[in-house]
Amino acid sequence: MSKLIVSPSPHVHSGDSVSKNMYGVLIALVPALLASLYFFGVGALIVSMVAVVSCVVFEYLIQRFILKYKTTVSDGSAILTGLLLAFNLPSNLPVWIIIIGSLVAIGVGKLSFGGLGNNLFNPALVGRVFLLISFPVQMTSWPVPLGFDTAYIDAQTGATALAMMKNHFGTLPSTSDMLFGQMGGSLGEVSGIALLIGFAFLLFRKIISWHIPVSIFVTVAVMTGLMHWANPQEYASPIAHLFTGGLMLGAIFMATDYVTSPMSKKGMIIFGVGIGVITVCIRVFAAFPEGVSFAILIMNAFTPLINKYVKPKRYGEVIKK
Amino acid sequence: MKTFKLGGIHPSENKFSAKQAIKTAPIPAQAVIMLGQCLGAPSTPLVAKGDEVKVGTLLAKPSGFVSTSVHASVSGKVLKIEDVVDASGYKRAAIVIDVAGDEWEPSIDRSPAIVKEITATKEEIIAKVAEFGIVGLGGATFPTHIKLTPPPGKIAEVLLINAVECEPYLTSDHQLMLEKGEEILVGVRLLMKAIGVSKAIIGIENNKPDAIELLSRIAQQYSEIEICPLKVQYPQGGEKQLIDATIGRQVPSGTLPIEVGAVVQNVGTAFAVYEAVQKNKPLFERIITVTGKSVKKPANLLARIGTPLSELIDFCGGLPDDTGKVIGGGPMMGKALTTLSVPMTKGSSGLLIMPSLEAERGKMNNCIRCAKCVSVCPMGLEPFLLMSLSEQEIADWATAEQQHIMDCVECGSCSYTCPSNRPLLDYIRLGKNKVGGIIRSRK
Ligand code: SF4
Ligand code: SF4
Repeated sequence: MSKLIVSPSPHVHSGDSVSKNMYGVLIALVPALLASLYFFGVGALIVSMVAVVSCVVFEYLIQRFILKYKTTVSDGSAILTGLLLAFNLPSNLPVWIIIIGSLVAIGVGKLSFGGLGNNLFNPALVGRVFLLISFPVQMTSWPVPLGFDTAYIDAQTGATALAMMKNHFGTLPSTSDMLFGQMGGSLGEVSGIALLIGFAFLLFRKIISWHIPVSIFVTVAVMTGLMHWANPQEYASPIAHLFTGGLMLGAIFMATDYVTSPMSKKGMIIFGVGIGVITVCIRVFAAFPEGVSFAILIMNAFTPLINKYVKPKRYGEVIKK
Repeated sequence: MKTFKLGGIHPSENKFSAKQAIKTAPIPAQAVIMLGQCLGAPSTPLVAKGDEVKVGTLLAKPSGFVSTSVHASVSGKVLKIEDVVDASGYKRAAIVIDVAGDEWEPSIDRSPAIVKEITATKEEIIAKVAEFGIVGLGGATFPTHIKLTPPPGKIAEVLLINAVECEPYLTSDHQLMLEKGEEILVGVRLLMKAIGVSKAIIGIENNKPDAIELLSRIAQQYSEIEICPLKVQYPQGGEKQLIDATIGRQVPSGTLPIEVGAVVQNVGTAFAVYEAVQKNKPLFERIITVTGKSVKKPANLLARIGTPLSELIDFCGGLPDDTGKVIGGGPMMGKALTTLSVPMTKGSSGLLIMPSLEAERGKMNNCIRCAKCVSVCPMGLEPFLLMSLSEQEIADWATAEQQHIMDCVECGSCSYTCPSNRPLLDYIRLGKNKVGGIIRSRK
């Protein structure tokens, strides 16, 4: 017998790993990916592929040649950032813009902070918001889903339901179209049902907890519900708010990003409520029709503060001496 | 079904030795009896080289308030008193006895009859428990008689019996309940009388339905004893978690269970108390699980204190070729042994032999702030934060103290869970040491 290994307890491990969690989230995104292929056709495929490949390549190149440390591309987090970025883009976005977005997401959003675990903001959202500000026209001309469409750049474009809600024009998609995704919008956000299936999978695999998404849903539903009840002509219904724009995608997949969301359950709820409130305010009162991305980024900035002051429930706390 | 409220994990149970009838391990040729057999100070030897001893002869007496009596587990002649490597890896004093025959002190009642009737008074019970060296057998080895005497001003309301056995692999308590149910309940009643309570709750996880069923049936004769099935969850066997699970109370930070009216004893301890008080038998043998994925015959052994662990392994089919690590205790809280010559002590609840493939730790990565360590911590702490406070170049002990580092029960749930394989508990232990020192120096 060779020498015995001596190390402190515990001597067993759950077998969980960073890559298992990242690939788990990717699996949870598959239904939404299929839905976007169905609705947006080839464009969805091109945008997703370009974003994923360029995120992975940029992560590898920057870590290898600029930062000069071992690359972490195998943990799956760059693939995830790429796919989430793609999900936030219109399906007819030119390739070069997608590549710029990926570079910003990985280079600025993630690696400039010190890589996975140290970034303050959700990298995919950093990329998206950068593009939104730099290329407002391309970023907001949404192709109309026409079933399995083979056109890419020339796809017919239209307004999103949110813009219609805001500016009171056109006819909103029917409720079932909203649920399944038959409406204009960015790649991954259109099918609420597909995203909810992903949510169920994430919960089942215990990759995320319910606190952030549910508190966002509840906040948005209550706020828009009250407005709609007070004035149904002026304000859209809570269902319309929940199932349009990036709300589902943002609440389930972007706001729950491990690194940039709070650590305690109480903190997660505060974070979720904050995102809900800001989202509704932007959607209803500000110039942009969509507010989820901004809301998440703003709350990302508050995360360190929340972590500092909002502590988990301690054992023995109930009995105050 | 009841369980504790905060955190918790579900490691694979791997109870290979479950339902293996208790086998008596052979008496060693030489017994090595550590003088440190409890959590407190090592005992003071009363014998010298050349003395003849019988099974049950007092070898050493308590050397302070938190200390225990130590008895011979074999008959023979004291060969020497010398320092040997113990489970912690350090050399400590032990009495070595050359075994001859198996002659017991005549005062010990060796008949198989179960003595149910309790004649001893409260004081007599506590005196016997102290005299016969009973310590907590769950692994903590705190002298039992001290726990039976609550500090002035505190009143015990309920006795909680820990029959949870939440450590994976271990099965000794389970098997003991299946074979010694009647005796255990007499022991429970003795403990109740000693602390003066009229209620006892035995917490058993529902992965042991046969033990729950059997003890419930026996407990029908005693209306004051309740069997409480618990949902399987680690670390339910921790005192604080068991109290929360069974009676829904939480012990305030820095205090003892008696603060909420509870006294917690292990089920094995209840059996030892039965033997001490009803059978006049000192604590010199116990049940130990010898197990592991590659062990040929995983078993629950009745073995004498002082038996070298290597002999127990031999009895269970020998050390497997793929052995990487040998752990005294269970996989979550047990200690990795440096050598197999370590002798069995009163606290030896298990011996786990791990294949080398499983013995190495995974590669550590950045903290991805997934909060999983926070959500599993049964004390509601933030392990990632406590680790980073201990790890940073200028460690921040003041913040660590404010963030309740001393409340950590060292259950290991955080390190077990971390997807980045971060050695959270290693750093938290380091921090606890430092902060503990700072707190003591303040007094
Ligand atoms: S070892 Fe300490 S910090 Fe880690 S989970 Fe257990 S009690 Fe919490
Ligand atoms: S479980 Fe590990 S990776 Fe997750 S927050 Fe805790 S220390 Fe960080």
